[in-house]
Amino acid sequence: MHSFLRAYPTEAKLLAVLILICIGLSIASPDFLTLVNFTSLLNNNAVNVIWAVGLLVVLIAGGIDISFAVAASVVQYLCVYAFAAIGGGNWAIGFLFAGGFGLALGLINAFLIHQFRIISIVVTISTFNAFFGLLMFFSSGRFLYNLPSWWSGRVILWEYQTASGTWAELILPVLVMAICMAATWVLIRRTTTGRQLYAFGDNPEGARRAGISIGLMQAIAFGWCGMMAGIAGLMQAHITKEVVPNALIGRELEVLAAVVLGGARLGGGRGSVLGCFLGVLLVAVTQNGLNLLGVSPYAFKMVVGVIILLAISTSNLDPARLFVPRKGRNA
Amino acid sequence: MPADAVPPDALRFSGITKIFGGVKAVDDVSFTVGAGEVHCLAGENGCGKSTLIKIITGVYQPEPGAGMEIFGQTYAQISPTQARKAGIAVIWQDLALFAEMTVAENIAFETMLGNRPRAVSYARLHRVAAAALARLDVELDLDARLGSLPIAQRQIVAIARALVSDARLIFMDEPTASLTQSETDALLAVVRTLSARGVAVVFVSHRLAEVLEISSRVTVLRDGRLVGVFPTAGLTQSRLTELMTGTVITHDVMARDTGHNPEVLRIEGLTRAGEFGDISFTLRAGEVLGLTGLIGAGRTELCHTLFGMTRPDRGRIILNGQDLQLRSNRDAVAAGIAYVSEDRLALGLIQPQSIADNTVLSVLRQITGAGGLLSSRKKDATVSHWISELAVKIGTPADAVSTLSGGNQQRVVLAKWLATRPKVLLLDCPTVGVDVGARAGIFRIVRALAEKGLAILLVSDEVPEVFLNADRVLHMAGGRIAHEWDPRQTGLPEMEAAVYA
Ligand SMILES: Nc1ncnc2c1ncn2[C@@H]1O[C@H](COP(=O)(O)OP(=O)(O)OP(=O)(O)O)[C@@H](O)[C@H]1O
Ligand SMILES: [Mg+2]
Repeated sequence: MHSFLRAYPTEAKLLAVLILICIGLSIASPDFLTLVNFTSLLNNNAVNVIWAVGLLVVLIAGGIDISFAVAASVVQYLCVYAFAAIGGGNWAIGFLFAGGFGLALGLINAFLIHQFRIISIVVTISTFNAFFGLLMFFSSGRFLYNLPSWWSGRVILWEYQTASGTWAELILPVLVMAICMAATWVLIRRTTTGRQLYAFGDNPEGARRAGISIGLMQAIAFGWCGMMAGIAGLMQAHITKEVVPNALIGRELEVLAAVVLGGARLGGGRGSVLGCFLGVLLVAVTQNGLNLLGVSPYAFKMVVGVIILLAISTSNLDPARLFVPRKGRNA
Repeated sequence: MPADAVPPDALRFSGITKIFGGVKAVDDVSFTVGAGEVHCLAGENGCGKSTLIKIITGVYQPEPGAGMEIFGQTYAQISPTQARKAGIAVIWQDLALFAEMTVAENIAFETMLGNRPRAVSYARLHRVAAAALARLDVELDLDARLGSLPIAQRQIVAIARALVSDARLIFMDEPTASLTQSETDALLAVVRTLSARGVAVVFVSHRLAEVLEISSRVTVLRDGRLVGVFPTAGLTQSRLTELMTGTVITHDVMARDTGHNPEVLRIEGLTRAGEFGDISFTLRAGEVLGLTGLIGAGRTELCHTLFGMTRPDRGRIILNGQDLQLRSNRDAVAAGIAYVSEDRLALGLIQPQSIADNTVLSVLRQITGAGGLLSSRKKDATVSHWISELAVKIGTPADAVSTLSGGNQQRVVLAKWLATRPKVLLLDCPTVGVDVGARAGIFRIVRALAEKGLAILLVSDEVPEVFLNADRVLHMAGGRIAHEWDPRQTGLPEMEAAVYA
C-alpha cells in the first residue's frame, strides 16, 4: 500500500477522488450505481482511453500532440476507401490498416519535429490544420454510411439482463481498449525503449549524452500515438456506424485534459497508463453524474476545468507522506 | 616486442578546437591519458575542461583537423554511443540524471540503453544499482525518486552510475564539489582501486589538494589553450594556481576587529528540533562571520530558518532591533536578507533564460522606468555592473545561462542576489565548484561588500576559507555552536583539529 502510494501518488489521489465522487453520486442518484450505467460508461469511454494511452506516450517523451483526433478522422476515411478497394476486408485487415495509417500520420509529425527541430506543439497544430483541411477538401464534408458490415455490425462481448429488464453489455471497443492499455503499459514500463522514452522526456540533454537516439524516440512516441489514434478511429466508426469528417475535431483537448489530470506532466518524464484510465474515467463519471442529476451540459465543461485546476494545483501534495510517521531530519 | 605487451594509451587526442559562436572555447589542445592513469584536468572556470570532455565523449563534434584515438583505435568521428562502447564512462558536472526516475534506474541506466527494445528487469536494475553503491560504501533508498534527493546524494548516484559499466576510462567532472569529506575520501579510494585495476580516470576538481593527492599527471588549460602537462610529483598548490591563472595569489588572514560596528542581526536561543539547538550569536554591520563545521552539523538548516524557509521552534531573530517573524523567504527578502544556497545549480537559475534575465530576476521592481515598464537601459546597466564586478566570463548577456561553464553560472547566482542590495547576506558554500582564481575574486567581493557595511554570514565546510576570510569564526557541531574563534588569535591547525575531530 505504502509503496504504491509512493510510486503513484497522483494515481492514488485520483482513485480516492473517484471513489468519493462515486459514493456521492450513488447517494444522490439511484441510477448511478447500476450495472447498466457502469457498462455504458465503459462503452462510451473506450475510444477516449485508447487515444489517451497514445497521447500519454507522447507526453512522457516530453512532446504534445494536438493532431491525433483529426488524424483518427483521416484514418476513418482512408479505411473506408481502402476496404472498398480491396473488396470488403475483415477485422484483422481493419486493425492492420487503421493502425498502419495512424502510424504513418504519427511518423509525419515525428519527422517534422525531428528534421526541422520545431517544437511539437507547433508541428501538431500545423498538421491538425493540414489534416483537417485536406480531409474536408477531399471528402467535401460528405458523410459516409456505406461501411462494410463487419465494421458497423455491433460486436457484443458480454451481456446480461438485469432484474428490471434492461440489458447491460460490453462491446468490442472495451476489449480493444484493454489491449491498447496493456500494450502501452508493456511498452512504457517493461521495455528498455519505454524507459528511454521517460528518460528522454525527463532530461533530453542527459539522454542525448547517454547515447539515446533522439530521432528514434520521437518516431516511437508520435508513431505510437498515431497508431492508437487510428485504432480509436476504427472503434469510433464501429460505434457510430458512420464516418463524419468533423465528428472528432475538438476531442483532442478533452483527452489531453484527462491525461494531464491522470498525472502525465506537460514537459515530460511522468505519467502512467493507470493514471490515464482514471483521468478519463473521472471526467466521464463527473459528466455522467451531472447528467443524472439533471445539470445543464454547459456547466459540465466548467466543472471539468475546475477539476483539472484542482488536480494540478494540488499535485505537489504527496499522499505517501500521510502514511509514514514524521521523522525529524538528522542534523 | 609484441604489440600487446604495452597497453596502448587510453586516449590520444590532438589538435582539438571547438568554436562556439566565434569564440574558441577549446583551442588546439592535445590530451593524452595513459592506461590506468589518474590524470587531472585543471584550469579556471570557463577554460574549457567540460567542453573538452564533451568532445572526447562525442557530445560535441570538434572542428575539422582533430586527431582522435581511443585505446589505440582511431576515429574520424565519435558519437556518445561509440564512446560508451569504447569503454568510456562520464560523471557529468551537471550530473545529467533523470529526476523523475528512481535511484536504481538512474544508476543502472546503462543497462537500458540500445536501440533494440528488450524487457526491463527491475530486479536486475536493483541488483546492479546496489552493487555499484556498495563499491562506494554508501546506502541509498533505491526506490526513491531521484528528484527528491538532496544534491549530495544525487552526486553519489551520478558517481555510482559511472561504476556500473566496465569502463576502462572514466571522466569525473567535479564529482566532489558537493560531497562531504568522508564521501570524498570514499570516492578517492575508489579512484585508486580503479586505477590499480587498470582503469584510467580523468579527474576534474577545483580543490587543488585533491588534485595533487590523487593524480599522477596534470593537464593545465587556460582560456581554452593548453598550458602544459605536468607530473604531480613536485607540484605544489601555489605552483598549480600560478599555472592555471598566470598570476600569483597570496593567502593572508583578512580578519579585522569589528567589535564596535553596529549590530545588525542578533540570534537568541534559536532552536529547531532535530536540526539545531540554542543558537545565539550577533552579526555586525561590515562583518564577515564565518560558520564552519562538518556537513550535517546543521549549518544549512540554520540558514534555511534565517531565510524564513523553515520556522524555529524557539528563539528570536532580531534584525536592526526588530523581532522578525519570518513566515516565508519572501518575508526574509523584504526584510533585507539574501541567501545564496548551496544547491544553487538546481535552485538558483532558470537555465534556458539569458544571463541578463537571470541576473535581474529578483530586482525587477528596481529596474522599471516610465509607466512601471521594465527599462532596458536600467537592466543593461545593472547586468553589466554585476557581470564586471564578479568577472563573469560570458559571450554576451543575452546568451542562455546553460551555455556558461559551471563556475560562471554560480557567479550569476551571486550577482542575482547581490543585485537585491541586501543588509544581511547568507552565503552557503559560495565557492563550491569555483576555481582558485575566482575564489579569490569572490572573497575579494565579499570583503568589498563588507567594507560597504553589509553583514555577511559565510558558511563553508572548508575551514581554511573561513579562517582566511572571516572576521570571526563559529564552529557548529551536532546542531550547536561548539566554538567561537578569532582567526588572529587561533591558528588554522587548531581550528581544523576541532572541526575534524
Ligand atoms: N553550448 C555552448 N554554447 C556556447 N558557449 C559554450 C557552450 N558550452 C560551453 N561554452 C563556453 O565555453 C567555455 C568553456 O566552458 P566549459 O564548460 O568547458 O568550462 P569549464 O572549464 O568546464 O569551467 P568550470 O570549471 O566552470 O566548469 C565557456 O566560456 C563557456 O561559456
Ligand atoms: Mg566544467
